[in-house]
Amino acid sequence: MSVAALRGWTPSIAKPSVLPGFGLTFGFAVSYLSLIVLIPLAVLVWRASALGIDGIWRVATTPRVLAALQVSFFISAAAATVNVVFGAIVAWVLVRYDFPGKRIFDAAVDLPFALPTAVAGIALASLYATNGWIGALFAPWGIKIAFTPLGIFIALVFIGLPFVVRTVQPVLQDFEREVEEASATLGAGRGQTVFRVVLPALVPALLTGGALAFARAVGEYGSVIFIAGNMPFVSEIAPLLIVTRLEEFDYAGASAIATVMLVISFAALLAINSIQAFSRRRFGHA
Amino acid sequence: MAIAITAEGLAKSFGETAAIAGLDLKVRAGELMALLGPSGSGKTTFLRLVAGLETPSAGRILFGDEDATRVPVRRRRVGFVFQHYALFRHMTVADNIAYGLRVRPRRERPRAGEIDRRVRDLLDLVQLSGLGKRYPAQLSGGQRQRVALARALAVEPRVLLLDEPFGALDAKVRRDLRRWLREVHDRTGHTTLFVTHDQEEALELADRVAIFNRGHIDQVGTPDEILDQPATPFVAGFVGEAVRLPVDAAGRWIRLGPHSIATADDNITGPAELFVRPRDFALADGATDAIPARVVAVRRTGPARRAELVLAEGLPTVEIELPLDHAVARGDVLPVRLAKIRLFAK
Amino acid sequence: MPDGVFGEGRLVRWTLIALAVGFLVLFLVLPLLAVFTEALRRGAEAFSASFDDADTQAAIRLTLLVAAIAVPLNLVFGLSAAWAIAKFEFPGKSVLISLIDLPFSVSPVVSGLVYVLLFGAKGLLGPLVDDWDFKIIFAVPGIVLATIFVTFPFIAREVIPLMQEQGTADEEAALTLGASGFRTFLTVTLPNVRWALLYGVLLCNARAMGEFGAVSVVSGHIRGLTNTMPLQVEILYNEYNFVAAFAVASLLAGLALVTLGAKSLLEWRHGDSLSPARRH
Repeated sequence: MSVAALRGWTPSIAKPSVLPGFGLTFGFAVSYLSLIVLIPLAVLVWRASALGIDGIWRVATTPRVLAALQVSFFISAAAATVNVVFGAIVAWVLVRYDFPGKRIFDAAVDLPFALPTAVAGIALASLYATNGWIGALFAPWGIKIAFTPLGIFIALVFIGLPFVVRTVQPVLQDFEREVEEASATLGAGRGQTVFRVVLPALVPALLTGGALAFARAVGEYGSVIFIAGNMPFVSEIAPLLIVTRLEEFDYAGASAIATVMLVISFAALLAINSIQAFSRRRFGHA
Repeated sequence: MAIAITAEGLAKSFGETAAIAGLDLKVRAGELMALLGPSGSGKTTFLRLVAGLETPSAGRILFGDEDATRVPVRRRRVGFVFQHYALFRHMTVADNIAYGLRVRPRRERPRAGEIDRRVRDLLDLVQLSGLGKRYPAQLSGGQRQRVALARALAVEPRVLLLDEPFGALDAKVRRDLRRWLREVHDRTGHTTLFVTHDQEEALELADRVAIFNRGHIDQVGTPDEILDQPATPFVAGFVGEAVRLPVDAAGRWIRLGPHSIATADDNITGPAELFVRPRDFALADGATDAIPARVVAVRRTGPARRAELVLAEGLPTVEIELPLDHAVARGDVLPVRLAKIRLFAK
Repeated sequence: MPDGVFGEGRLVRWTLIALAVGFLVLFLVLPLLAVFTEALRRGAEAFSASFDDADTQAAIRLTLLVAAIAVPLNLVFGLSAAWAIAKFEFPGKSVLISLIDLPFSVSPVVSGLVYVLLFGAKGLLGPLVDDWDFKIIFAVPGIVLATIFVTFPFIAREVIPLMQEQGTADEEAALTLGASGFRTFLTVTLPNVRWALLYGVLLCNARAMGEFGAVSVVSGHIRGLTNTMPLQVEILYNEYNFVAAFAVASLLAGLALVTLGAKSLLEWRHGDSLSPARRH
C-alpha cells in the first residue's frame, strides 16, 4: 500500500475521522513497538517456556538462584520501606515549608533518575568503602558497609528515592486546606489532624510510590554491583546472576531467572494499578 | 434577649488590604442570621474570624460574656460548614460525623456506644439514615453537605457557621436544602450565621440579615426592614431590584428631570439619589402628579410583560412589569406614579 | 502554607526540615560530591590526562553515536504514537499506552538479555545473523537496539498526555482552512507540544547516554569498539584506575546536572505547556 494511500486511509478499526495519517502513524508505532519490545520479550517467554513451568521452578529454586532472589527481594523491600518513611517526610517538607535552598533540593530529588547508574555505583562504592567519607565513620565500630548486603541496601535506597517523593508531592499539594481547617474546628489538635486526616489520605500514594521503588530496586544493576560484594549466597543480586549465566552461555538458566523477575515486576505493577483503582473508587482520588 | 456573639471594633487586614475595618455586630441567641454582600465585602473573612480560623488585626470577639479573641479555633466549640464540604474522604460518613467526638481528650470523650447513638440520631436528623457506611465519594453534593452539617452539629457547638453552604450545588438542590436548613434550625435552635451572596436565599431564610459593604456592615435588620427601609444607598441598590435616579430635593418636592414628585420626607435638600423598585411604579390614569413615561421597548416574559420606560431625557431607563391585560406598544406614553420611594442625600 | 493559627510549631517544623535535608544530603549530595572530588584528587592535570586515552575517547564517541541514533528514532516513534493515540479513537488504546510504559517495568539486564536471546550466538536469529556476517550482539547495532528499548517511552509519555488534553480542535481548524495533514502536523501540532517534546528529548538523551545494565549485557566489553562511557567507567574502576574512572564519570554527572537544570527551567518557565503530570 503506498504511503499516499496510507495517509488518507483510516482503517476500519478506528472511528472515521477527518484527520489524516492514522494508518501511517499507527502502523509505524505498532511496528516499532513490536520490533523493539514485543518480539524480543516474546522470545524470552518462548525460551523460558521451553523449560516448562517445572523447569523454571527447578532453576528458580537452585540454592544459588534462590539466595540471589531473596537478596534482591528482601533488600529491595527494606529499601522501599525506608523510602516510604523518608520520602513522606521529604515530600511534606518540600510542599509545606519554606527554607533556603528548597528549590535546589526539590530539583535534586530527580538526581537518581538523571544520573547514570554506573556513576552512582562507583560514587556510592567509594563513599562507603572502609576508607571512604562515610565508611570511615563506621569502620572503628567494626561495621562494614561496602561489599556487604548493607551496601546493596544503601544503593537501593538511593535508586528508589524519587519514586515516593514524586508520587506523594502532587497529592499533598492538591490537599484541600479546608479539610484541615474543618478538623481544627471540630476540636482536633494539630497532631491529631495530621495523623488522622492528612496522612491517611496519603496512604494510596505512599503505597504506590513504595511499590514503584520496590519494582525498580529489584531489577537494579548498575548502581548495585560496585558496592555489593557480589558474593554468591551473601551479596549477589538476581540481575547479576542473569549476567553470569549469560556469560556461561546458559541461556535457559538466564531466561528462567529473567522470567521470575518479570513476574515480580508485573505483580508489583498490578498491585499499583489495583491500589489506584481502589482508591479512586472509594475515596474519589488517587 | 441574650446575645450569643458580639463583635467589637473588629478589623482584619491581609498585607496592605483591609478586608474588614471597624466592624460591630451583635447576634442574638438562637437566631438565624444571614451575612449578605458582594464578593470581597468581607463576609467570609468575618465568619472565619468568629470561628478562629483567622486572627483579627484589632477588636474583640465575645461568645456571650466570654472574650474568645485569643481562644484557639479548636477550643471555641463552633460548628463550621464549608462551601465545598471539606469531608474526610478516607472516612465513612459515620466516622466523619463521629470525628469531633473521637478527638476529644479521654476525660471528655463519650463511650463508643454513646458516640454511635449520637451519630445515628444525627443521620436521622439530616435525613441520611442508613448511609453511615458510605464514603463521601459515593454521595451526591447535597448529601455531602448534609453530612458536613451533621458533623458540625455532633460536637454540640455554641454557634453554627456556614460559609456559602449551598454555593456548590445546583439550583433545585439549593432550594430544597434551603428549606431543610430552616427546619433543622427551628428544631435544634442553634445560633446560626451563614454567608451568602444570593439575596433570595438570605431574605427567605434568615431572621435578620447583615448587609456587608467593603468591610463594613451597612445595615442589620429583618428582611422587611432591609427591603422597605434601606439605611444606605448601597443597601437600597444591592437588595431587591431598584433603579437609582439622580434628583434635586427641595423640601416637600423632588425634581426628577422636568417632573415634580411629592414626598413626605422633607429633611433632604439639594442633590440626592432616589431609589424606586420596578414593582413600586403604579399606572396612574389621570392622577395629578403622574409622569408621562415614554415606552421604548416591550418584552414578554412568561407570566407578564416588561416595558422599558424613559421618564425624562438624560435619565436611565426604568424597566417595570405590566399585567398582561394592559397592552402597550413602543412609542406609547404611559402615565406612571412612583408609589414608594427612598431618598438619600448625595 | 498552613501557618499561624494552626501550624505545626517551630520545633516540629525545623526537625522535619533537618531530617529531610539530612536524608537528601546523605543520599544525593554526597555521592555527587564524591564523583567530582575523586576525579580531581590528583589535580587538574591527571583529570585531563584521563581523556587522552584512546579507549576512553572511543567510548565517548560511541556514546554520542548511540544517542544520536536512538533519540531521533524515539522522537519519531513518540510523535507517531502520540498522533495516533491523541487524535483518533480506536479499541485497545489503553493497551497500547500500557505497552509503551513497558520498559519501565523491566530490569535493564533483562532488556539486554532479550536481544541476546534474539541475536546472540545461540539465539533465535543467531545463525541467520552469522550467515549475513553482520554482528549485532557484541557490536554497535546491539548497543543501539538495547538503548532504544530502554529509552523509547521517555518522549512518548511526555507528549501523549499533552496531545490528548489538547484534542483535535486546532488540527480540524487547520484542515478546514485547507492545510494538508502533514503541514497541519508541522505548523499546528508540533508547536503546541514543543516544550513537552524538548523535555522528553532531554530525559531520553540523558538515559541513552547513561544506560549501563542493558548495554553491558549486549556489548561484549570490547575495548575501543563496544564500550560506551558508562562501560568505560566500569572498566577503569575495576582496573583501580580511579581518577580516570571518576573523570569520565564526572562528565556523565555533569550531563545529569545539565539535564536536571534544563528540566527544572522548563517546568518553571513553561510548566503549562508540559504534560499534565508535570505541572506543579
